[in-house]
Amino acid sequence: MTATKAPSEPRSQQAVRRPGDRIFAGSAKASGVFILLVLAGVAAFLVSEAVPALTAPAEDVPGGEGLGAYVAPLVLGTLLGAVLALLVATPLAVGIALYVTYYAPRRVAATMGYVIDLLAAIPSVVYGFWGLAVLAPALVPFHVWAADTLGFLSFFAGPASTSGRTMFTVGLVLAVMILPIISAISREVFSQAPALHREAALALGATRWEMIRMAVLPYGKSGVIGGAMLGLGRALGETMAVAIVLSGGAGATLNLISSSNPSTIASNIALRFPEATGLGINTLIASGLVLFVITLAVNMLARWIVNRRADFSGAN
Amino acid sequence: MTLSTRSRAVPLTMALAGTLALSACGAANESGASGGGGGGGADTQQLSGDLVGAGASSQQAAMEAWQAGFQGEYPDVDFSYDPVGSGGGREQFIAGATDFAGSDAALDDEELTAAQERCSGGEVFELPNYVSPIAVIFNLEGVDELDLQPATIAGIFTGAIANWNDPAIAADNPDATLPDQAITPVHRGDDSGTTDNFTDYLFQTAGDVWTAEPDGVWPLPGGEAANGTSGVVGVVESTAGAVTYADASRAGDLGVVSVGVGSEFVAPSAEAAAAVVENSPAVEGRGEYDFAIEVNRQTEGSGEYPIVLVSYHIGCIQYDDQAAADNVKAFMSYVISEDGQQTAADNAGNAPISESLREQAQTAVEAITAG
Amino acid sequence: MSTDTRPAAPAPVQPRGPVRVERRLPRLAPLGLYLAGVALGAGLSALTGSSLSSTVVYGVVLGTLAVFLASRLVEGRRKATDRLVTCLVTTAFGVAMVPLVSLVWTVLDNGLARFDATFFSNSMFRVVGEGGGAYHAILGTLVITALATVISVPIGLMTAIYLVEYATGRLKRAITFFVDVMTGIPSIVAGLFAFALFTLLFGNDVRLGVMGAVALSVLMIPVVVRSCEEVLKLVPNELREASFALGVPKWRTIVKVVLPTAIAGLGTGVTLAVARVVGETAPLLVTVGLITGTNLDPFDGRMATLPVFAYYQLTQPGTDTQAFLDRAWTAALVLIILVMALNVVARLISRFLAPKTGH
Repeated sequence: MTATKAPSEPRSQQAVRRPGDRIFAGSAKASGVFILLVLAGVAAFLVSEAVPALTAPAEDVPGGEGLGAYVAPLVLGTLLGAVLALLVATPLAVGIALYVTYYAPRRVAATMGYVIDLLAAIPSVVYGFWGLAVLAPALVPFHVWAADTLGFLSFFAGPASTSGRTMFTVGLVLAVMILPIISAISREVFSQAPALHREAALALGATRWEMIRMAVLPYGKSGVIGGAMLGLGRALGETMAVAIVLSGGAGATLNLISSSNPSTIASNIALRFPEATGLGINTLIASGLVLFVITLAVNMLARWIVNRRADFSGAN
Repeated sequence: MTLSTRSRAVPLTMALAGTLALSACGAANESGASGGGGGGGADTQQLSGDLVGAGASSQQAAMEAWQAGFQGEYPDVDFSYDPVGSGGGREQFIAGATDFAGSDAALDDEELTAAQERCSGGEVFELPNYVSPIAVIFNLEGVDELDLQPATIAGIFTGAIANWNDPAIAADNPDATLPDQAITPVHRGDDSGTTDNFTDYLFQTAGDVWTAEPDGVWPLPGGEAANGTSGVVGVVESTAGAVTYADASRAGDLGVVSVGVGSEFVAPSAEAAAAVVENSPAVEGRGEYDFAIEVNRQTEGSGEYPIVLVSYHIGCIQYDDQAAADNVKAFMSYVISEDGQQTAADNAGNAPISESLREQAQTAVEAITAG
Repeated sequence: MSTDTRPAAPAPVQPRGPVRVERRLPRLAPLGLYLAGVALGAGLSALTGSSLSSTVVYGVVLGTLAVFLASRLVEGRRKATDRLVTCLVTTAFGVAMVPLVSLVWTVLDNGLARFDATFFSNSMFRVVGEGGGAYHAILGTLVITALATVISVPIGLMTAIYLVEYATGRLKRAITFFVDVMTGIPSIVAGLFAFALFTLLFGNDVRLGVMGAVALSVLMIPVVVRSCEEVLKLVPNELREASFALGVPKWRTIVKVVLPTAIAGLGTGVTLAVARVVGETAPLLVTVGLITGTNLDPFDGRMATLPVFAYYQLTQPGTDTQAFLDRAWTAALVLIILVMALNVVARLISRFLAPKTGH
């Protein structure tokens, strides 16, 4: 309560402080602090379980070459898959959100938004089996083509996987999974763009795209980035779908289309944890800690990007 | 049996649970459960309470069958088995969270000491109750079976033998028409007892080709990996020229390898798997009721199939609690019974244990007491 | 794929000014041009060795190009860009529909085999091989997810309110930042955390439905906060100021003005959060365990849940593999239907509660 005594807006200082106000503000603040406590609890748990792996001699850690060598390819795999997913999903999601809010006929727009939301409702195990049974085989011709024509890029060096269960496929599966998250939030933000701005733009003779570019996109940018970050968080931490689709476990490589791919941190934990014992468990949890730190770094970067321009928000 | 009243309930949330309970009065197949158990006519003692196990997911299908049969005889026992994995199973048992563990590996010495402490300083039983042959299966047009020596199998999985028309394969299969097709070896991506047993087999029988130490995690870098038995079988089914190792019961329409044992080639079968387990030496320095074995991979015995997964049930000879002792005793004696083994085999495709193993296990089961 | 959705909805009618008369393509011309481009693309792909994917790719590219070029020549640069974007945005929507349709079809195709009365009325209690159902797992999932929602939504929503309406300075930055970090917690870690917490409190052999709810809440709260925050930020300040000017206390302004205005977005946010956790397998297995019978009391013992049920039916099938796979796919189908139903409920609630707008 005391910390909120001096809000930035002068208007709240003029309002009379009633008990209801105090209780409401207090419980809101308590919720925020509670979240910090939970997170601190999770972090403390992670660190305390990871310490044995951090201090163990290198040859005792699974793989025999120390924690760094164990985690490095996993980090690469995690970032590779998530970034690929984000690159594919973000433009598509913005497109979908724009289509639903400003292009689709009014009557069907709500239904269409609902249909895309449906993608978010599908459990990740199902995505995994769909990726394995449908998408991976369907992408095999693309893999062969990419190895033949784009082989000069290290991403497509080949040899092409015969099963299609590659980092490239995983990136696409993850993209489909985070698409509804990004598009749902973008849609929400786009539809809230002030009607006055939009109408003013149209009244000045702007085409629909110019109206969107001038009145909608600047307004919705922070929301889109926020949605993308949520999506990235999901993609970084996605476990079962990656575990089912990816043919992982190889060392660090940028090659997206061969059958030897680096695994991701989360899927590696899921695959190895049930049968792990002793230091193996500690090592896996230490890798979970690394994922935690990666998310931290990614979010710092995202904050920095968002904050470079002033927030465009109704509550400011 | 399931709507037990033993409760840690917080009054505030009772309302929620209450409304949900109102709308749901139990599954249709559960109401008549107590009337259904006619199986154990001789056993008139009524058991109740909890029986909790956790461990290897490899036993999951067999455990479903055992549970169904066991609850037919003892409808009042609250049975559950969490397929959390062997490591988790052993850990939870040692910590006293479960009554017994299912595990693809026997306890190591350190765990054994801890387990004895958990069992009031008493003995621990380890019964090899789930035996499953691991088949080398492949997807090759027009070829249903192949004879392969261990060194050839090792060569295929290391990548040294990369084509199905390799002379090493042809030498053992003069009658087969081997196509010019690249081999795609597929291995498990998860940490599994199956991989552990398979690599142990290759390490022991083809040591000069396969030099990696046996491990539950596939020890070679790269190659095609898939998650779980369903995963590897799925990839092999959809990829021409692929080969993997998996529970023999899951081979389906795929080709199956007969592996070289001594001077003959043995196909995976329940009998051959049970035979090798029976003739394998026990782990030394264990207690009276600890029947952990070292599977004899290098066997030359006729009709013995050396690539088997042996999964144990681990529990105490002496429990603190009378109900726990009675329940474990009743469950284990059902599991090792001919009926129990056959029921599991029908559902899970494992190999029923042999008569002499059963007699051996029976001594341990009879020794279970509370104290 | 994208040929059946109209690429160009009629543009807003431009007033014909006195200065100059705009040249415009006839109403149906863009659609015609687009289809012509698609046909050309199909022809081209037939020449270069036809496959469905290359037909679609060539078709969409050429169709878009045809519309753009024609508009560029007739209507000028600005209008052409507009039409190009229309094509791109529609294509994006079409592309997103492909995996959706494929997924839903796959699940329906595999899941309908066991979508029968037995599946909804029976549990797996003493079922071996064929038959059985997911009655226990469906109710278990409902109970645990509801409990997780009951925990997460108040905390998440209040935090979002705090961030948007009250917080300033360092605490605000800390909470915003760490909520984002929290989205990156791997699900298994959340499960282990809940397990460690309850083990600490109640001893080693504890397995409760509520443990699973806590684990799911750890995953759910950041999603609730993040999406609610975005939505609350969009409520125009004018509304708040108008309410303050009428002498309404701040908390009543939030409850009566801000939240109702944002209710549709809040509903979407919460539904997304539920969808995020309802299919989680790993954290539930380590905390809630797995049983074959029905247990509906989240404060007493193990429970069955749909995702765990589906996962183990899929990955550890017995010899009658098809029966296990059928149950697994049907469980997945039921899971999707559950979330869809939730979605509908959320939408109904928001429609009911949302303030009437002017148009």
